[in-house]
Amino acid sequence: MSDKPNKLIENGKRLDGRNLDELRPIKMEVGVLKRADGSCYMELGGNKAIAAVYGPREVHPRHLQEATQVIIRYRYDMASFSVKERKRPGPDRRSIEISKVSREALAPVILKEYFPRSVIDIFVEILQADAGTRTVGINASSVALADAGIPMRGIVSSCAVGKVDGEIVLDLTGQEDNYGDADMPIAMTQDGKITLLQMDGNLTKEEFARAIELAKKGCKQIYEVQRSALISKYEGVSNV
Amino acid sequence: MKLVIPGDLLSDDIKRAGEGTYVASGEVYASVYGILDKKELRVIPLSGKYMPHTGDNVIGKVIDISFSNWIIDINSPYEALLHISEHPDRIYPFDMSQYLDIGDLFIAKVKDVDATMRVELTVEAFNPLRSGRIIQISHTRIPRVIGRGGSMINLLKKELDCNIFVGQNGRIWVNGKEDDTDLAIQTLLKIEQDSHTLGLTDLVRDMIKTAKRERKGK
Repeated sequence: MSDKPNKLIENGKRLDGRNLDELRPIKMEVGVLKRADGSCYMELGGNKAIAAVYGPREVHPRHLQEATQVIIRYRYDMASFSVKERKRPGPDRRSIEISKVSREALAPVILKEYFPRSVIDIFVEILQADAGTRTVGINASSVALADAGIPMRGIVSSCAVGKVDGEIVLDLTGQEDNYGDADMPIAMTQDGKITLLQMDGNLTKEEFARAIELAKKGCKQIYEVQRSALISKYEGVSNV
Repeated sequence: MKLVIPGDLLSDDIKRAGEGTYVASGEVYASVYGILDKKELRVIPLSGKYMPHTGDNVIGKVIDISFSNWIIDINSPYEALLHISEHPDRIYPFDMSQYLDIGDLFIAKVKDVDATMRVELTVEAFNPLRSGRIIQISHTRIPRVIGRGGSMINLLKKELDCNIFVGQNGRIWVNGKEDDTDLAIQTLLKIEQDSHTLGLTDLVRDMIKTAKRERKGK
């Protein structure tokens, strides 16, 4: 690509006009799919993703089931039209890896021993991608899990931090990811326990510490959005 | 009443922790998304799969017959077993389908559920449901269909002139005249849809009254 800008940060503002510690605009909607037990649609800037949760349900194939706890399957998939150049449909190396780390980001909060011999299936479909799709997938599926009535210790929130033009920034865009120095997606519970941490690029020890603090702030904001999305599904609840 | 989401701090009195909650470092948190019942310190879920408990009355469907068990779908992640010895007479495995055949729906009671979620059923009578209609709603709405102290279900039975059996697993059997059954099912679906609103019993009473008046007018 040759759309490399000279500067990614000018006068403390980024190319899309955001401050260094600002998230892209978020939209979240719960219960968008009728067939799924729980679902959530999320937009984060140029990212659009939909998450569907099925289960707990019987495990097929049978040999995968575990006698004492529920197993969790997570499938991350990018639509062929989600990126500029057509993406060949189906799982590839990248989406299999993302599925694995996303599953492991959500698994620790699910109270698995409640549903022995069963499975929870999570499907994430990326409709439009602009850097940070795995974080969007985790945020949406975490809400979809709650919507499906699955018992959890808490909600998982996720966002990316990175280094662009020597500055630590929150929630990188596609351009910033491509021409920046580091990209670090993080997922955490609301009490700050980290369940996903990946990094691409280089950070010094001090930068890393600052990046983690910034990610915590970002996740807190996302948590508030997730919370209000869930609450607004049953607006006007007044009695049992 | 208040909506809570998983991870919300509810109380520091761990002795009162009820359903839909968990205890961590001396505090009680919500584990499911639902409505908080402050008195009982439990969370009433708004969605989720039916989990069988001993003593539940359910409507089951025979999906298979094995050598000594009927295998029953109870609208849950787990299938249930009805053993041949639950029948009062001594019957032979090859005769099992004469009593309950594949596809038959019947009223059963959950006899036992063990730690690995093996579910055993028992029945009062080996009578498959041959008349009436069955609808399926979310099991989380069943308490609303029954109402406080049975107020809602009694209203329905009285006003609609139908025989209604409510299974804890979300299946409801309605038996009566055609148009009464139609109205009953309409009402039940309305209850499912508006289950989180206040004064539902009065709403339903009005709904039935207007529907009946319209029917007379025709």
